[in-house]
Amino acid sequence: MVAESAIREPLVTGGKSVHDVTHDISIRVEDKPAPLWLLAMAISIGMLAVGGYFVGGLVWDGIGVWGNNNTVGWAWDITNFVWWVGIGHAGTLISAVLLLFRQRWRMSINRAAEAMTIFAVICAAMFPVLHMGRPWLGAFWALPLPNTYGSLWVNFNSPLLWDVFAISTYFSVSLVFWYIGLIPDFATIRDRATNKISQAVYGALSFGWDGAAKTWSRYETVALVLAGLATPLVLSVHTIVSFDFATSVIPGWHTTIFPPYFVAGAIFSGFAMVLTLLLVTRKVYKLEDYITIQHIEMMNIVIIVTGSIVGIAYITEFFIASYSGVEAEQYAFINRAFGPYAWAYWSMMTCNVISPQLFWFKKIRVNLVSTFIISIIVNIGMWFERFVIIVTSLHRDYLPSSWSMFSPTAYDMGTYLFTFGLFFTLFFAFAKFFPVINMAEVKSIIKATGEKVGVKQTTTEATEKVEN
Amino acid sequence: MKETKKVYWKGLEQLTNNIEFVKNADKEFPDHLPINEDDDQGPSRRDFLKMMGFGIAAASLVACETPIRKAIPYVKKPIDVDPAVPNYYATSYHVGNDYNSLIVKTREGRPIKVEGNSFASMNGGGTTAQAQASVLSLYDKERLATPRIGGEKATWSDLDDKLSAELSRANKITVVSYSVFSPSTEAALDQFKAKFNNVEHVMYDPISSHGELAANEASFGKRALASFDYSKAKTIVSIGADILGNHHSHALNSKQFAQTRKLGKGKKEMSRLYSFESNLSLTGANADYRTRIKPSEEGLYVANLYNLIAGKVGAAKVNVGAVADKEKLTKAAGDLLHSKGRSIVVSGSNDKNVQLLVNAINNLLGNYNQTIDINKSVNLRKGDDAQMNRLVGSLKNKSAGAVIFFNCNPVYDHKDGAAIGQSIAGIKTTVATNDRMDETSSLVKYNAPDHHYLESWNDFEPIKGVFSFSQPTISNIFDTRQAQESFLKWSGNFSSYYDFLQERWKSNNAVSKFPNFQAFFDNCLFEGHFEEEVASEGLVYNDTISSVSIRGAKSNGLELVISESSTLGAGFQGNNPWLHEMSDPITKACWDNYVTVSAQWADDNNIELGHMTTQLADLTVNGTTVKLPVIVQPGQAEGTIGINLGYGRTKAGKVGNDVGINAYPFIQSVNGANQQFVSDVTLKVTGEPYKVAVTQTAETYSGRSFVIQESVLKNYVEDPYAGRHQVEITDAAGNKKSPNAVTLWQGHSYNNHHWGMAIDLNSCTGCGSCTIACQVENNIPVVGKKEILNGRSMAWLRIDRYYSYDEESVTEDTGFIDALKIKEKAAANPEVVFQPMMCQQCNNAPCETVCPVAATTHSSEGLNQMTYNRCIGTRYCANNCPYKVRRFNWFKFHDNEQFDKNTAMNNDLGKMVLNPDVTVRARGVMEKCSFCVQRIQAGKLEAKKESRRPVDGEIVSACASSCPSEALVFGDMNDPQSRISKLLDIKKEEKRVEAQEPRAFHALEELRVMPNVWYMTKIRNKDEESKKEHQA
Repeated sequence: MVAESAIREPLVTGGKSVHDVTHDISIRVEDKPAPLWLLAMAISIGMLAVGGYFVGGLVWDGIGVWGNNNTVGWAWDITNFVWWVGIGHAGTLISAVLLLFRQRWRMSINRAAEAMTIFAVICAAMFPVLHMGRPWLGAFWALPLPNTYGSLWVNFNSPLLWDVFAISTYFSVSLVFWYIGLIPDFATIRDRATNKISQAVYGALSFGWDGAAKTWSRYETVALVLAGLATPLVLSVHTIVSFDFATSVIPGWHTTIFPPYFVAGAIFSGFAMVLTLLLVTRKVYKLEDYITIQHIEMMNIVIIVTGSIVGIAYITEFFIASYSGVEAEQYAFINRAFGPYAWAYWSMMTCNVISPQLFWFKKIRVNLVSTFIISIIVNIGMWFERFVIIVTSLHRDYLPSSWSMFSPTAYDMGTYLFTFGLFFTLFFAFAKFFPVINMAEVKSIIKATGEKVGVKQTTTEATEKVEN
Repeated sequence: MKETKKVYWKGLEQLTNNIEFVKNADKEFPDHLPINEDDDQGPSRRDFLKMMGFGIAAASLVACETPIRKAIPYVKKPIDVDPAVPNYYATSYHVGNDYNSLIVKTREGRPIKVEGNSFASMNGGGTTAQAQASVLSLYDKERLATPRIGGEKATWSDLDDKLSAELSRANKITVVSYSVFSPSTEAALDQFKAKFNNVEHVMYDPISSHGELAANEASFGKRALASFDYSKAKTIVSIGADILGNHHSHALNSKQFAQTRKLGKGKKEMSRLYSFESNLSLTGANADYRTRIKPSEEGLYVANLYNLIAGKVGAAKVNVGAVADKEKLTKAAGDLLHSKGRSIVVSGSNDKNVQLLVNAINNLLGNYNQTIDINKSVNLRKGDDAQMNRLVGSLKNKSAGAVIFFNCNPVYDHKDGAAIGQSIAGIKTTVATNDRMDETSSLVKYNAPDHHYLESWNDFEPIKGVFSFSQPTISNIFDTRQAQESFLKWSGNFSSYYDFLQERWKSNNAVSKFPNFQAFFDNCLFEGHFEEEVASEGLVYNDTISSVSIRGAKSNGLELVISESSTLGAGFQGNNPWLHEMSDPITKACWDNYVTVSAQWADDNNIELGHMTTQLADLTVNGTTVKLPVIVQPGQAEGTIGINLGYGRTKAGKVGNDVGINAYPFIQSVNGANQQFVSDVTLKVTGEPYKVAVTQTAETYSGRSFVIQESVLKNYVEDPYAGRHQVEITDAAGNKKSPNAVTLWQGHSYNNHHWGMAIDLNSCTGCGSCTIACQVENNIPVVGKKEILNGRSMAWLRIDRYYSYDEESVTEDTGFIDALKIKEKAAANPEVVFQPMMCQQCNNAPCETVCPVAATTHSSEGLNQMTYNRCIGTRYCANNCPYKVRRFNWFKFHDNEQFDKNTAMNNDLGKMVLNPDVTVRARGVMEKCSFCVQRIQAGKLEAKKESRRPVDGEIVSACASSCPSEALVFGDMNDPQSRISKLLDIKKEEKRVEAQEPRAFHALEELRVMPNVWYMTKIRNKDEESKKEHQA
């Protein structure tokens, strides 16, 4: 246990003892599902089912059920893909980058954030498959597998192939990282479990964790190594996603600023999504002592920083377009701001550039309601950012003869709804069956000298039980 | 043990030994069981179970059976029919009164594609879009499969017997047809006339040339159309005549006109075309000077032009009012006088007086026997409106006798169609030879369906002395009979029409030049064409100007101009989905009929326009009101609105029924001639929104010189690079270079062939024949109106049409964004440029690098090839294509009821039209122009078999071969002697080609995608240059 300076605001409030931590977190797993949880789960599965109907129609009839056309070949599909990938970024940033920087405030939020990452990447990965004309072939033809066609390989020049590598690497590393972190907590639940099924299930999930000093040492080494591996992924994944656009020849896409701009945007939207989810979890699970106002303020500061980077990127794009002297490029940007999709552009600008600036005011920054609202606004804005980049660039490119418009159909919305259903079903399942806060890590940051120590006799016993 | 003697009884009956009991003692059940009972009691339970068992087994067996598609090999292979080897036959396209001389490609006995017959002087190798599409009409399931009597299926012998009896009883017989220009058909009709007494043959044309015929009769004593040779003309003035679009000879006109528009090293002059018209037609779009006039002013303009010329040459003037815009007319008169004998004045008016004046002008200019030949008359239009009007009268009062509709559909395409339709029922004997139960033939008693032209023998004389032939390329699909043969039969001549036709040609003088008749006839069929010397007679011109009276311009009311559709023509092939989906060359709309209005009118009437969305309006013509969508047409003359003919079929078939409104009833009869405009119509916007499917929504090219490069002749003569947008960038050393010259990667090398295409924007008239040729050749699906509205046209080759914007409104004070908005808006009377756009076969193709599975790759001959089997449909290639020419299969377009209008892929008969050399693409794959790679391969194989290199011109893409104006030139850029190499002045380096021709440019050159398609600048023959160019 690390001693904290007495001057610092405690990271966990309420004078929690280590037993309290174990109890507060584990009880959510052990208790019967709350009616509110059942309702939330039912809604999520409902969304999944309704969305599934549209996804079924999409696969059965063809991409034509969407609103895409000859000119706008990608629309909501890739918009949603980039949006979901972006959302995933916060989890990795919180768990890996902040771990390396020894930002200990991350400890009570990293578990949920990582879970969100994994679920968001699963949702994101739906789109590259579903948007294919022939997904039943594309799902494995896009992989460099040996085949009977002779030397028929994938095209290593294609940014889409880079995406395949980037996303699959990202997903596997995030999943392993997240799971390794879960092992000690699964062991705690296993040890507390009173019924056989829980004992068996959590016993299996905890991989025979014994809590020995050597085990802990290995655990921490692996966590550090994985953090080191995951850190470049925070930058690389969205950089590669941005290459889909940056390496093309289409005005509005062909831009070198995309990699940093996309990464900043991803973190921006990811933090917003973490906030949205955690504010709800915190309230429902009464975790106010673990996820404190300080956490929220810290995350809001990250949102101001990344939001401002994104804002500067938007302005830079405009400047470069006018400076380039390229007529089509200039037109692409004028068209974004003043063309038929200007409403999308200005929604993006308002949501992404103006709304996070409100966090300069401490009152707004530490207010739960305003944070919740702005976090949602930011995610709407980031969806529009991708929509603006994809649809408004494509719909009017070089030859005016092929200029067109895009309007979504029920299937576009249904497919998006499907991923929402999937995301929330997974997230609520996680919230019920997995410890939402990393108990083992949080125990290292509670104030050991808290006035409550010794009040409860069981505290030491409980701690010993956990650590053994 | 003691034996027991106990006896147990089964019952008292046994003890008493009852007789009844003894009888039934050995039966198990006392009562009778209904087993194996007689049939009349109905099926028993067991039968039911047996039947059910059998039924289930049988049903499951049937379900297990794989459908068998029978492919039966020839027991005896016909000579010359080899699997996978196409055969070509010369024939003539003849549907309605459309005509084109053709070469038909057949595969395994199926005609699948037509090409222009380059031997024939009638169209000189080019084809019309309608001719290209006509192969699909052959495989139309909705053609009549048998003769019918009273709507019921019948046999030919039955029909012949009954009909002959009825005909011989008739006191009068009227044969109604479109213009007949087939000598043997006329001879067959003569036999028919000879057999029955009192036979009248009435010819009419849906698009009438009555006025021109009557005027020529008065001026030259010949009721015939003169043939024009636009290739000799320096100045062409068209007043309301759409010579390049909707004209009986537009393929030939385009060819001749385009010859005068080609420019190059040795040719720095071109013709000048003036157009005075109301609707923006292809002629107006190609004109150097276009003036918007009301249709009622046509006569006025012609008369004023006459007076201007008469004044100069000292001839008598006519008495006529002044015109509003005299400036262009004066300029035109000046040019005409400068090119006496090398000019043409032509009018589309059906008013004899106007045409008399046109004749007078051409006479004053000395154009006869120079550019205009009245001896070599055009026979395509002979219809007599007055005679037809009389027929309508006699039909009404039932004095027409028996009526035979010989392949014509007047109920649909005559102005009095409704009246004709109503009177048919009251006539005792009515016959139609039409190919389907259309608007007219569904009303008649006897249906004697004719063959499709691809199943027929025939001869034609489209121009006096110029003959062409038709030969069957497939035996008749249905139980139809050639109409001429029917006429012969009914006349008691039982020889086949083939024998009859041969017999007629035996007496031809030219036979003596051949060893025997068969050699002569074979030669005619081989060439599809035969020409006779026409004795040139001296020109006898009767001046009748003094009798001419020109009606002055009408009141201020709205005038409706009715013109033939550029896609459906007069509506003969109303059930052809290819033509329905072909986008109109000007409006780019398809699958609909609409009213074109000027932007000013739309503004005044507050029409809300959205993306492909417009509003419906009530069009009232002489008390009849129809509801039509309104579309804004730049170039529409103020005070006029336009409408197309060819739509509104009600009995064409499932594809064409109820598409648009029929405009034929709006045609007016004025002085006995059909007038294709109506004065004082009203158009009232109802406000109901309506979607019109268009394939291009942008009006202008927004001043983007990297898309279109154009100039005027004057500048071109001074500098052949005029109008070129030559991009230069500075390299690291500070030298100015073309962006193409700065590179790290040198590119592909092409050691064998390097295919390329040159497109001359100056000679492309925008007719769209190439788009249909491409569709036929490459099995391109028809997607229907809904998918066009969704922006999912499948056309591999499209023609981009751009209007000019109003340059005057962009001043130095105009803001940047305002200027952009103005540049997107077409001018009120815009100039037009057409740009055929297909896959540019880039050498540095952006689509190739982005495909994750390498489904689109580069060939060793410069082609960007698409491997459908490998495509997974990410559509990244389409997004990254700067020309947006890639097409995605959004749905399964074949064998799918949802797309049943795609008849070429959704029924067994329709599928016979598919090109077996080209894959029908699956759903979810990307496709695009392949430069007709199947033709390239076939040509290379043919050459290889003969151990030689392919000869230039042997391998031609479908678009280039169909182009009447030869605007598209396809060939091998590695061959220094090829037409394309010479045209573009190709300089070949190891890994790149460069066109040294000053006019040649690449669209989007600065992207350095290095296309293999080159465009050549559009040069207009105007004295004024555009403001933009002036500033440059």
